[in-house]
Amino acid sequence: MPSFIEALKSQVGRKFLTGITGLLLVFFIIFHLMGNLAIFGEPNAMNEYSKFLHSLGPLLWVARAGLIIAFILHAWIGISIWWNKRKARPQKYKVYSSKGGPSKQSLSSRSMAFTGIVLLVFVVIHVNTFALGDTETITVAGEQYSDLKQLVIDTFANSALYTFGYTIVMILLGTHLGHGIWSAFVSLTMRSKKTSAIVYTVGAIFAVLLAVGFLFIPLYIYFAGGCEAALISCN
Amino acid sequence: MSTMTIHLKIWRQKNANDPGHFEDYTLDEVSEHMSFLEMLDVLNENLIKEGTEPVEFDYDCREGICGSCNLVINGRAHGPKHKTAVCQLHMRNYSDGDTIVIEPPRAAAFPVIKDLVVDRSAFDRIIEAGGYVSVKTGSAPEANLIPIAQDVSNESFDYATCIGCGACVAACPNSSAALFTGAKLAHLNLLPQGQPEREKRTIAMVDQMDKEGFGDCSNHGECEAVCPVGISISAIAEMRKDYLKAVI
Ligand code: FES
Repeated sequence: MPSFIEALKSQVGRKFLTGITGLLLVFFIIFHLMGNLAIFGEPNAMNEYSKFLHSLGPLLWVARAGLIIAFILHAWIGISIWWNKRKARPQKYKVYSSKGGPSKQSLSSRSMAFTGIVLLVFVVIHVNTFALGDTETITVAGEQYSDLKQLVIDTFANSALYTFGYTIVMILLGTHLGHGIWSAFVSLTMRSKKTSAIVYTVGAIFAVLLAVGFLFIPLYIYFAGGCEAALISCN
Repeated sequence: MSTMTIHLKIWRQKNANDPGHFEDYTLDEVSEHMSFLEMLDVLNENLIKEGTEPVEFDYDCREGICGSCNLVINGRAHGPKHKTAVCQLHMRNYSDGDTIVIEPPRAAAFPVIKDLVVDRSAFDRIIEAGGYVSVKTGSAPEANLIPIAQDVSNESFDYATCIGCGACVAACPNSSAALFTGAKLAHLNLLPQGQPEREKRTIAMVDQMDKEGFGDCSNHGECEAVCPVGISISAIAEMRKDYLKAVI
């Protein structure tokens, strides 16, 4: 009998970890997107949401630690799978093509390592820009808030690089999840063919919705002119 | 009877240490009724007459049941047709003037022995690790002693149809042997006869698969598409379930 760690290091264990951390990250980005949409709410809604999260104190740190661990594990195993695959076929085919039919091979499935590495780099830049970015402190109704909303608006309204960079990365996120969501369920032992077909379709639709949800905000801010935009009211 | 001219680009490799290369051949008067392997037989007859070495390729039954044949044709294991081993593929699937590229299955765990023949004994070692059941020997067993529900026996038999050709490994972008191992495990693990060794078997066979240097399964599902007997990737999820149950 392998030890618990040995079992996790087996092919099955690694895939299990990838699947479970992947789904955790999907849950996280759903919440993240809901937070982002607060930009269209009351003038101070986004800042209030951010303040609420910070008020959670230790709980926030537990969540952050969980996310960081999930993210690193997911990336680490993903990269090791890519590495193993190179070792497992040192001599490439001259001609290679999918046989179609039941195959789930797609641009999405073939680019998991690439889209994953882009996302890894993106997250570092992203956290640095917003979570660790310089925000002004504003006072609304006698309470102090750090003006995250203004930072977001300024970042995208003034930079084509950020706006289009984010847009491209979000398309890659959608591509990653197009295969990823379904694949996570298979890694977590989903066996029924019927369920599998449903999960594949729903997962792909979900991937598109998430990507569109995320990339809409920077594009809208950039083209509608930040605080001038019809859907955004600033403090 | 219509005949055609076929251009072939075939991987030639003297032995495991030879780097190998592609060789071009042209065959005239290929009948559409020939099987793919018969077409190669004709090529080899020509080569022998010319005094050159024939192309080495694996086959045995030529009726799709033994799993010896395993060629990668124009980038697809067993050629263009679904649920068809290459020995059951016929030249009517090709047209006059076609160029066909033939390569061996490429995987570190399947080293080339010669030309298109690879060493698939890694599969044998996975089976040896746990692909058996304990039975009482001596007297003949009573036929109806162990009742098996129809749906269970059907499912087990679906997995048991694996002929071990290795097309799954050949076609997998990661060279994973998850479908083979999953099918062999599910076949035994689903039956009552397979229960005593179920956990031990699952751990041992997964472990051996890892040791042989196959890649990880990324759920591309390409294996199911090339499998000559159409084994579903549910086998892989079945293996994962059994493995996780066994180690927890
Ligand atoms: S030669 Fe036996 S399956 Fe093809």
